[in-house]
Amino acid sequence: MTELIMTRIIESAAQLFLLVALAPLVTGVIRTLKARLQTRRGPDIFQPYRDLFKLFRKGMVTPETASWIFAATPWVVFFSTVLAGLMIPMVAADAPLGLFGGVLAVIYLLGLGRFFLALSGLDTGSSFGGLGSSREMTISALAEPAMMLAIFTVAIGAGSTGLTEIAGAAIGQTWRFLAPAQMFAFAALALVLIAETGRIPVDNPATHLELTMIHEAMILEYSGPYLALVEWAASIKQLVLMTLLINCFWPVGLQPTWFGFGALIGIGWLLAKLLLLSCAIVLLETVNAKMRLFRVPELLAVAFTLGSLALVSTFLF
Amino acid sequence: MISGLFLSGIIIWLAGAMASLALWRKPVAARRVACAAALAGSLLDLSASAFAIFSSPTAISLPFGNPIFSWAVRIDPLSAYFNVTLGVLAAAVSLYSFGYLREMEGRRNLGAFGFFFNLLLMSLALVFTASNVFFFLVAWEVMALSAFCLVSFEHEKKEARKAGVLFLVMSHAGTGLLLIAFLMLTSASGSLDFSSFHLLASTMPPLRQGAVFLLFLFGFGVKAGLVPVHIWLPEAHPVAPSNVSALMSGIVIKTGIYGMARVFFDFYGPPPLWMGTVVLALGVVSALLGVLYALMEHDLKRLLAWHSIENIGIILMGFGAALMFRALGQPNLAALALIAGLYHTFNHATFKGLLFLGAGSVVQSTHTRNMEKMGGLIRLMPVTAICFLVGAVAISGLPPLNGFVSEWLTYQALLAGFGTTQSLTRLMFPIAGSLLALTAALAAACFVKAFAIPFLALPRSEQAADAREASLSMRAGMAMLAVGCVALGLGATWLMRVFDPITQQALGVSASSAMVMARGLALSPGTAHGGTISTVGMALLFLFAGAAFALPLAIRWRRRSVRGPAWDCGLPGLTADNEYTATAFSKPLRMIFSALYRPRREIEAEYEVSPYYPSAIRFESEIEPTFEKHLYEPLRQRIMASAKRMKAIQAGSINAYLAYIFITLILLLLFGVRG
Repeated sequence: MTELIMTRIIESAAQLFLLVALAPLVTGVIRTLKARLQTRRGPDIFQPYRDLFKLFRKGMVTPETASWIFAATPWVVFFSTVLAGLMIPMVAADAPLGLFGGVLAVIYLLGLGRFFLALSGLDTGSSFGGLGSSREMTISALAEPAMMLAIFTVAIGAGSTGLTEIAGAAIGQTWRFLAPAQMFAFAALALVLIAETGRIPVDNPATHLELTMIHEAMILEYSGPYLALVEWAASIKQLVLMTLLINCFWPVGLQPTWFGFGALIGIGWLLAKLLLLSCAIVLLETVNAKMRLFRVPELLAVAFTLGSLALVSTFLF
Repeated sequence: MISGLFLSGIIIWLAGAMASLALWRKPVAARRVACAAALAGSLLDLSASAFAIFSSPTAISLPFGNPIFSWAVRIDPLSAYFNVTLGVLAAAVSLYSFGYLREMEGRRNLGAFGFFFNLLLMSLALVFTASNVFFFLVAWEVMALSAFCLVSFEHEKKEARKAGVLFLVMSHAGTGLLLIAFLMLTSASGSLDFSSFHLLASTMPPLRQGAVFLLFLFGFGVKAGLVPVHIWLPEAHPVAPSNVSALMSGIVIKTGIYGMARVFFDFYGPPPLWMGTVVLALGVVSALLGVLYALMEHDLKRLLAWHSIENIGIILMGFGAALMFRALGQPNLAALALIAGLYHTFNHATFKGLLFLGAGSVVQSTHTRNMEKMGGLIRLMPVTAICFLVGAVAISGLPPLNGFVSEWLTYQALLAGFGTTQSLTRLMFPIAGSLLALTAALAAACFVKAFAIPFLALPRSEQAADAREASLSMRAGMAMLAVGCVALGLGATWLMRVFDPITQQALGVSASSAMVMARGLALSPGTAHGGTISTVGMALLFLFAGAAFALPLAIRWRRRSVRGPAWDCGLPGLTADNEYTATAFSKPLRMIFSALYRPRREIEAEYEVSPYYPSAIRFESEIEPTFEKHLYEPLRQRIMASAKRMKAIQAGSINAYLAYIFITLILLLLFGVRG
């Protein structure tokens, strides 16, 4: 028993380190790749680390109108995102904190972070914050049914909402991701991922134009270390959702344990798969224009339809 | 001992009712006596029922009445469970009322209030325990009438009178349906006793069985606030004094849920599949419509009332799934779904009671229910704000609080349902699950609004700027329920044991041992590979991270932090007029769901020189009340028209009336002879 607990603690520490260390890199890679695809030079892939380092050393300005919610939010967002990250299988098929929650807990922990971000957007009293909060909560609410249908499809296949079981079920059958149900669910979840991580065509992470911003509008008043925490949490959330997507549907390279030489292979596979998904995201962001806010429900309706198709195909094929 | 505790609770409530009525000329004494009696009665009821859950059913016969119309109560595990819910909520509300009612002293008749308040609590305890049709209906009516008197307590307001009458009419329509259903059961069993109905409904012919089911569903559904018979709820709950609103939303509507649980899992054996699908479908519709209409409200208490409809929907999703599993011969899954529904019933009582008490503090302090006139209250009412935030997080189903646990159990039940049948019916489970996800996410959006607009940023009116924190007893009442929300969330695994006697009695299985994992650290649905959650684990990690990292770093960063104005686009400083309003917050959803809302808006701008520089703007926006307009208005017109036609036989002559009575008598005699 104590041995198991020690194992879990070491695994959690390792995955925690991987999460917080890797997340800015993924953001950096996506930015650089996007710049290259648009024939810009762009910053190098380590720029997000420098940004975080710089922000952590700066002072900060808190709005006079804000309450303690504003100061508590970065912590709540950061911790809930990291905790969600410890519940997914990254390198080993066994999620370190799988006992504490499966895919539903991951979604609801991310929801907890979003709830507080939306509160802090309204806490500042500026119109931008309220605008961002309103849009963020609307879009995430509409994304939810599609996400849940896709997850139900995957969970029905595995007979569990535990991510360890889901990844385990997929490991046994290498080509299972080609089954129609899995493909549809993957497509639905990928669309939801775009909406949830605030990427084009739903939101533009690079914009500060008042008419179009969503996530950036909510965090407009943050500065210094708190801004660093929120930005860091956003990139961790992106990493968590990307890992969730690739490891649920295509768990190739997942190792049986975190220990030994296998872990390095597992990390190698993870990086390779993340790079592949990043390329797909960059391509999607480059060939699409940002949608009008009121076109986003149509995109999410497509995701919902795909989710329904996934579900129906679980017993048609 | 159980019967002694229970009866002394009833007697204290009754004595409190009489004493406060006798003291109606001395408002201070009336308030103290009424609240103290309510509190003492609740605690006695709570302790009696806490023992009763794990004991064999206790039957008590009161020493009056006759063999047919006996005053008998029976405390079985199901009754005890609902009485625990009542005891917890009523104790907190009674504590809160000490301070809350003080403002009414001298202005209103607190003696009458105390009378109806204690009477309501007593009748609730009896509704949950009555063991024959006659006594149940008596308690049911006392409950409805005392609730009516409390709802229209501020009777000088027209909206309170209107809402009270609507409640009374709907309530009696529901009671009428119940009466028919009970009579049909009685004619089959030949007794008025509930114990004679056990599994009886399933032995009736299918048509009759279905009719009784629908009568009970809608009869109890009226009280529960089931769509489409919900229309009284968003009218009546907000106009009542806030401590009464907390009771109404927390426990009075749960009498409908109790009735359904009693009928579905005691009177019926394994039901036909369609019954479960009907309940599940109505649950989904109630949940979704409840939250969608809540989003459009900017009256804080009406918003909470709509959320009661949403949560009743979530509870019924659990019940519906349980009925379907029963029909499909899956008692273990039925136990899981039933537990999900029952746990959500308790959880909803705590967080909705908490939210209504919080809203009551805010309304008492700002003298308005309109959120657009509040704002910035977190600085003036810090304790109320924290309690309201706990309730908001819990009702949004976010971890690690109690709403998350019961919604997670509901998801697990729905997920497991897919594999139980090969028919297309199984598609209902995941679709219900995805719509539950939509409901929960919309509820989170709604509670961002419901917390942020009143409590955060700058005050939007002078009343809000002058708000004062609630009194000590009010804060204590709210804190009690807030602690309840946390305890029910973190202690879920230890509480699952409570459901064993209930599922054992209803379905013949015990689920808790399969649901508790890792020595109570984690909760599992008890299915073969079901996922697990550990709210305790999450909470401990949050606490650890907060203490180890957040606190020291926040203190260090504080030294580098300065206060400054928020970005105002170069305007001369932000004012409350720049803030996002509740209406603006829900505008995207109003546009996206405009097919449902059919919003109508009117903008009038006055200008002197050019329309681009208006001197005054009037903006009006409203949504269409679909059910009232398309269902109840035609119905009302029909009833009025037929009443008009009936006027012809109402001549007013006594001879004619005697003739009517005579003819009726003959007809009844003939009917009796033939039957």
